[in-house]
Amino acid sequence: MNVQTKTAPLAARTPDQRLGGIIKLAIMAVGGQGGGVLTNWIEALARENGYDCQATSVAGVAQRTGATIYYIEMAPLSGGMPIFSLAPSGGDVDVLIAAEMMEAGRAIMRGFVTPDRTTLIASTHRMLAVSEKMVPGDGIADPEEVRAAAEIAAKTLIMADLDTLATRQGSVISASLFGALAGSGALPFPREAYEAAIRASGKGVEASLRAFAAGFEAAERGVEPAQVPEAPPSPTAPMVTGPKGLVAQWEALLTRVQALPGPAQEMARAGLRKVVDFQDIAYGAEYLDRVEAVLALDSAEQGHELTKEAAKYIANAMAYDDVIRVADLKTRSARFARIRQQMNAGEVMQLTEYLHPRGAEIVSLFPARLGAWFERSERRMARFDRLVNKGRRLRTDGLRGFVQLYIIGMLKKRRRGNLRHRTEMAHMTRWLDTGLGRAGSDYALAVETLRCRRLIKGYSDTHARGLSKFDRVMAAIALVEGRQDAADWARRLREAALSDEEGKALDGAIQTVRSFAEPEGA
Amino acid sequence: MAERSFKAEVEHLRKGDGDTFTGEGILALTKALLENGVGYVGGYQGAPISHLMDVLADAQDLLGELGVRYEANASEAAAAAMLAASVHYPIRGAVTFKGAVGVNVASDALANLASSGVTGGALIIVGEDYGEGSSIMQERSHAFAMKSQFWLLDPRPNLPSIVKSVGDGFALSEASNTPVMMMVRIRCCHVTGQFATRDNQRPPLTVRDALSEPRKDFSRVVLPPMSYQHEQDKVKNRWPAAETFIRENGLNEVLGPDRAKVGIVVQGGMYNGVIRALQRLGLADIHGQTEVPLYVLNVTYPLVSSEFLEFCEGKDAVLVVEEGQPEFIEQQLATYLYRAKAPVAMHGKDIFPMAGEYTGQVMLDSIESFLRQAAPDLLPGQVLAPNEPAPEIPDLSQTVPIRPPGFCTGCPERPIFAALKLVQQDLGQHQISGDIGCHLFAALPPFEVGGQTMGYGLGPASNAAFDGGGARRAISILGDGGFWHNGLSSSIGNMVYNKSDSVAVIVDNFYSAATGGQDIPSSRASNPSKATNNPIAKAVRGVGVKWVREIDRTYDVPQMRKVFEEALTTDYKGPKVIIASSECMLNRQRREKPQKAKAVKEGRRVEAPRFGVDEDICTGDHACIRLSGCPSLGLKKLDDPLRDDPIAHIDHTCVGCGNCGEVADAAILCPSFYEARVVHNPGGFERWRKGVAARAIGWLQRRREERRLVFLDQSQIEAAE
Repeated sequence: MNVQTKTAPLAARTPDQRLGGIIKLAIMAVGGQGGGVLTNWIEALARENGYDCQATSVAGVAQRTGATIYYIEMAPLSGGMPIFSLAPSGGDVDVLIAAEMMEAGRAIMRGFVTPDRTTLIASTHRMLAVSEKMVPGDGIADPEEVRAAAEIAAKTLIMADLDTLATRQGSVISASLFGALAGSGALPFPREAYEAAIRASGKGVEASLRAFAAGFEAAERGVEPAQVPEAPPSPTAPMVTGPKGLVAQWEALLTRVQALPGPAQEMARAGLRKVVDFQDIAYGAEYLDRVEAVLALDSAEQGHELTKEAAKYIANAMAYDDVIRVADLKTRSARFARIRQQMNAGEVMQLTEYLHPRGAEIVSLFPARLGAWFERSERRMARFDRLVNKGRRLRTDGLRGFVQLYIIGMLKKRRRGNLRHRTEMAHMTRWLDTGLGRAGSDYALAVETLRCRRLIKGYSDTHARGLSKFDRVMAAIALVEGRQDAADWARRLREAALSDEEGKALDGAIQTVRSFAEPEGA
Repeated sequence: MAERSFKAEVEHLRKGDGDTFTGEGILALTKALLENGVGYVGGYQGAPISHLMDVLADAQDLLGELGVRYEANASEAAAAAMLAASVHYPIRGAVTFKGAVGVNVASDALANLASSGVTGGALIIVGEDYGEGSSIMQERSHAFAMKSQFWLLDPRPNLPSIVKSVGDGFALSEASNTPVMMMVRIRCCHVTGQFATRDNQRPPLTVRDALSEPRKDFSRVVLPPMSYQHEQDKVKNRWPAAETFIRENGLNEVLGPDRAKVGIVVQGGMYNGVIRALQRLGLADIHGQTEVPLYVLNVTYPLVSSEFLEFCEGKDAVLVVEEGQPEFIEQQLATYLYRAKAPVAMHGKDIFPMAGEYTGQVMLDSIESFLRQAAPDLLPGQVLAPNEPAPEIPDLSQTVPIRPPGFCTGCPERPIFAALKLVQQDLGQHQISGDIGCHLFAALPPFEVGGQTMGYGLGPASNAAFDGGGARRAISILGDGGFWHNGLSSSIGNMVYNKSDSVAVIVDNFYSAATGGQDIPSSRASNPSKATNNPIAKAVRGVGVKWVREIDRTYDVPQMRKVFEEALTTDYKGPKVIIASSECMLNRQRREKPQKAKAVKEGRRVEAPRFGVDEDICTGDHACIRLSGCPSLGLKKLDDPLRDDPIAHIDHTCVGCGNCGEVADAAILCPSFYEARVVHNPGGFERWRKGVAARAIGWLQRRREERRLVFLDQSQIEAAE
């Protein structure tokens, strides 16, 4: 506590030393996180240990998942009623508890965390704001920026995923935050006093105490490193089981992967696994043929970026999202085991799949010629659509629902002959040819062209929207081809396409491209 | 059933002489009412005064013992009208609601009450919802006191001051025959502290007693010529009586040294903020002993001229600290100085900002600036020439996302707006008006449905100009709370009478949910002291609506969508009302969770649904989130180099409402969603049947997986090791 140093060398007047004894603590949380419980504990703790204490909050609509703030002041009993503030002030907070990473950022933004005095206790977990989640691409705010700012702004910093620590103990974050507060030593109370406050509250005491202990230990560790990404897949083959003959063929394909240049290897291994899983070994060989063909156009000078991106997006293009794939994935034993484990299921678990196939998706499963015949007539398609287009809830824990999907999964054998496959392969070839055709003249543009494949994702309307965005981006890229900054524009167009659903940003970007790329009056 | 049970708090209300109360300001205030012999209490819930209503609702036994009548009024207007009991009878009455919106609604009754004048003390407790955490337009209730001439208390925000203010308010009201409004701000309502309690007092005359001897006096009726007399009475008798009472009983406080060059006039509610600024400037100690004299206005209307002028005597300058706009107090005080030809410089909103909350920083900066101008010698050297450079902290304003309030996990209103968003994708954008209540969150992303809100229960009324037909029908939203508050007459009756050709959606979630889950006439719960289970549909048909559609499970998105489409395209020309009913999930979980846990423990069969996303099937487009925004539906970054975008992910807080799956179906999004329904304590037959199915499925799975390559994912490899 060094509040007084700021105003200590007074010219005169009342340098009330007791003011330095006021501890100011703010909790910034998301509504529903239990900030009120934490506040009550801290208040009880202070009162039990010879302190005057005052807490306030702005509960109200903010508790419905919005950002909210609790504020506490305390001071040793001084024989009179201290006058406490009802709200935190910038530069005047001793302890800031942030119950979520971006709330820590908000606290720093509001000036509640300052290097001269503030202990910042922040949980690094994320509760994504709607604005982050609704972006069609990746709109998640960068926690590293908050971490970097926290390291500068806080006098003492405690950072850990206190949410996970608490949930693991069957409790909630208020308990682990309380533990971290105790472990930080920011308040002049012993650990036992904190635990007594939890016991006195009398609800879920044991779980709370376990989470408290986890938070306490986290505080002693100080700053936990940013979540280390899990170790990259080991260079040995992913573990695979199956008939001996198939495993041998798979291993033969893997040796082809090992012949690829370093940067592309990891991607090609993942890609190979994806396409073999999607269809079969022969399909995997086709995949590698395509990747190797790209490699022939590539060079080490560029770090084999083209091959790497091709390995990624060819795999995604070949393992397209069709009904057969969905049915196959949903009927696997590993999936059932995973869900049981996630749901903590005992003996009986009902499993309902929410499916809504449309006529077009069913027709795409038909042999290519038959499917094409259907597609030629809008009336025929409409009539067929009326027949099949409806929401279906399939109970895959029951035999009837399971078998329906299982049978669709069997169509995998005939997939190569169906309409969807033909369409997808034609589309892939056009895209690859366009991209690779640019490799000689503008390597960077070729790479960016391949990356546009990212725009195609989803099912039904989403898939159609993705395709249309892909087409528009590809057309706009064609306009800038030959310019020095073509690759840069391609990247910008793609990012614009991913930033909102309706494609407003993309429209803007295309307009800009047109304004300089198309001749006047064209 | 309110959101929280207040049974524990009710015990606090029983404390008596020699006890200490520890808790929130709003509860202390509730206790003070009983200590001051209140005869009847009413109000309308809303932040920040909901707890007063909730605690009293749970305190029926105690109120019965004391002979106190408690009424959960239908609206703020109804609450204010109830104070009529104090017009003729010497009974103390108190009502509460939120300012400024509640005061707006109540203003008709308040104006009549103020004209009539009162015999018994009449107290209106207003939770002034201003500044951070506020959910309403930013206005001051102060103007209502001025226009109708009732008195306004603004006590210092600590428990002893709030409690004292209640007693002062009743006494002031009785001494001046005028209703008194007491204003408590958000943080003051939730501030914790302690005060020494006194015994509760039975009202000397209960409302029950009063009924046996009815009184009337036509001079109190607001009709000419009496209303002219009321106006004269207000200024000639009641006002002077109030001033005398305020002076003689020291309702306002003068703190600090007697003689000083400068002084600060402060609304009681702003006192702590001023002291903190003075503490930070080294001019006040921990207990608020100040070097700068303060004139604390615990009564902000009327302002007592003589008292104020005495405070100003000998001072060069005074600063008025008055939060909110316009600066009513400052204008009035300036007039007093001008009329008295006083040579005192007056500052206020010339230094302080005109609008917005007076935060700690605003307070510090403004008071420092005032002292710098008016009395620099008071400021310590360090403040005059600070030597600490401000640290450079990276700017996070582009990083940190805004986080406005939104629908809770599993909210039954989410699927209504998901359906409406889908309907608009098909039929085009419509003119949509919102109302007050949780459903107004639909105006925010991801739904962006509705672009205006005109007041509680006024959703359909605010579309009246668009009610005559056109290219597309106008749609309005109304909550069940708003419906019973005012909507039945002002909105639905209005639609019927004017042959409106538009669509009104009534969101029926069984509670007044946004204010804390209080019961309303259409609540499904049985309530011992209130009549519930009055269907909205009956009321709507009763006022003459012919086209009514009821949906009893809002989560059925395809059905919701169908009904919307029907309402928007039907040939029927009159008003179309859709009543969409499903229980508020927050309250439902509070009710069901303990019941279910108990049932599982006791070995009874319980189904626990939760949703999930198949990671391999989700492609990371997030279309589902754009039709949901559910807190439990988030994103997850996969450890897969082939994937660019994070995929949808449902966490353990999911309550299995079904919106994800329904939306995926209705919008034909994707097949990623599944519902896993864990069955606790299944019966013998069920176990056997499931066992047979599981064995058959297992056989089929093995048959296929033995013939192909099966890749194990990381977790399986770990499990195998």
